Amino acid sequence: MAKDVGGFPRRWVCSVSLVSETSVVDVRDAVVLLGSFPALAEATLTIERGELVVVQGANGAGKTTLLRLCAGLVPLARGTARVMGHDVGSNRAAVRANVGFLGHANGLYADLTAGENLSFWSDVVGASRTEVAAAAHRMGLSERLLSTQVGRLSAGQKRRTALAVMAVRRATLWLLDEPHAGLDAPGRDEIDTLLRDAVAAGATVVVASHELERSASLATRRIEVVGGRIVESGGHS
Amino acid sequence: MSASRIVGVARAVASKDLRIEWRSRVMTNQVLPFAAIVMVLFAFALDNDGILQRVAPGLVWMATLFASLVVVQRSFAVESADSAIDALRLAGVPSQGVYLGKVAALVVQLVVCEAVLAALALILYRVNVDRHGAVLLVTTCILGSLGIAALAAVYGGLSVADRGRETLLPLLLLPALAPVLIGATRATESAFGSDGARAAEGWPWVGLLAVFGAIFLFGGTLGFGPLTDE
Repeated sequence: MAKDVGGFPRRWVCSVSLVSETSVVDVRDAVVLLGSFPALAEATLTIERGELVVVQGANGAGKTTLLRLCAGLVPLARGTARVMGHDVGSNRAAVRANVGFLGHANGLYADLTAGENLSFWSDVVGASRTEVAAAAHRMGLSERLLSTQVGRLSAGQKRRTALAVMAVRRATLWLLDEPHAGLDAPGRDEIDTLLRDAVAAGATVVVASHELERSASLATRRIEVVGGRIVESGGHS
Repeated sequence: MSASRIVGVARAVASKDLRIEWRSRVMTNQVLPFAAIVMVLFAFALDNDGILQRVAPGLVWMATLFASLVVVQRSFAVESADSAIDALRLAGVPSQGVYLGKVAALVVQLVVCEAVLAALALILYRVNVDRHGAVLLVTTCILGSLGIAALAAVYGGLSVADRGRETLLPLLLLPALAPVLIGATRATESAFGSDGARAAEGWPWVGLLAVFGAIFLFGGTLGFGPLTDE
């Protein structure tokens, strides 16, 4: 039974006071179980609109689980989590519509061209051809790349295509798990530029990364996940 | 969720699946040769025209079921290969639309497969089909494909995240498809005139196929989202 706070039931206080106007992510004492293992153990985190937050931590610390929780892809065992104003515990479907999650996979169809992948996503989310063209332009996808099968693209080109899909989906919270993995130096720089552009265009970006130097220059804030708990490791830049 | 949005998503998913199949040629280079080999092996194993003509309808539908396993696994393998299924779940896309699109693409592929198998039965097993039988056969193929696809899409979605999906899918699917197998085989017997059956005798079985197809489709539309969500 939740305790009352200031005479009000705790659930009312949670729904009214814990989420500020600009909070995109508000996670409080969140516990996420993978089987019986607590991948997140009373994790608490708030992310404001327009931030570019880099999440660091050792392998298995819970970075990916934190992103998947924010994406509504894993159930919340205990605690509270609100993303874009939606309660992850009770309405994960509502959370998902506004979130773009890019994990180790790109979520693309290898037998389709990059352009056909973008068209498919524009059809299922109801985006216009103009939005598709704008997303492709923003991610630097030339006509030649758009007409190439995804299976034949380089790792960086696939990443850019996946990010263009996110833009077509009009995701306002971008959750990226190791977006630089497998990319060469120019490809990594390209991704960083794209992420900064996304934030400038109004998105909020959360990136899980192992790369300390790169994340220091990229992030407006850095946090660290240690044993399923979140500790701040770097201030706003 | 509006019906037009669901139809739009279904159309996009179906056309995407068919385009992937057309480009990858898995259907023409693997599934159809596999189904044809099954038919030829049955002919070698039974090696008697009289028996083959009598059991041809069952052989056609058994070969169809085997081929459908490959087609369904392929249909969901393209979703799980690069975690596109996660992206679909994340995008707030109506699961009913995804399901109906998958079913539509599967029906098209299965009908193509059955057309080839029926042609092989005519050639290898020397069965005869008259005009009334041809109408019955086409209707049976469409409704039989619908029943198989409507159920297979649910089980395919269920097994997509499972490591042992190659073995899990046949275990789940084949027993559940028994009513479709029985109805389609009986209707095809009438279409082929096996054991002196007349085409008119097959229509009640077609009705049964329609009922099963409708039930599977209705249940799948409701259950696909919740069942495949985790």
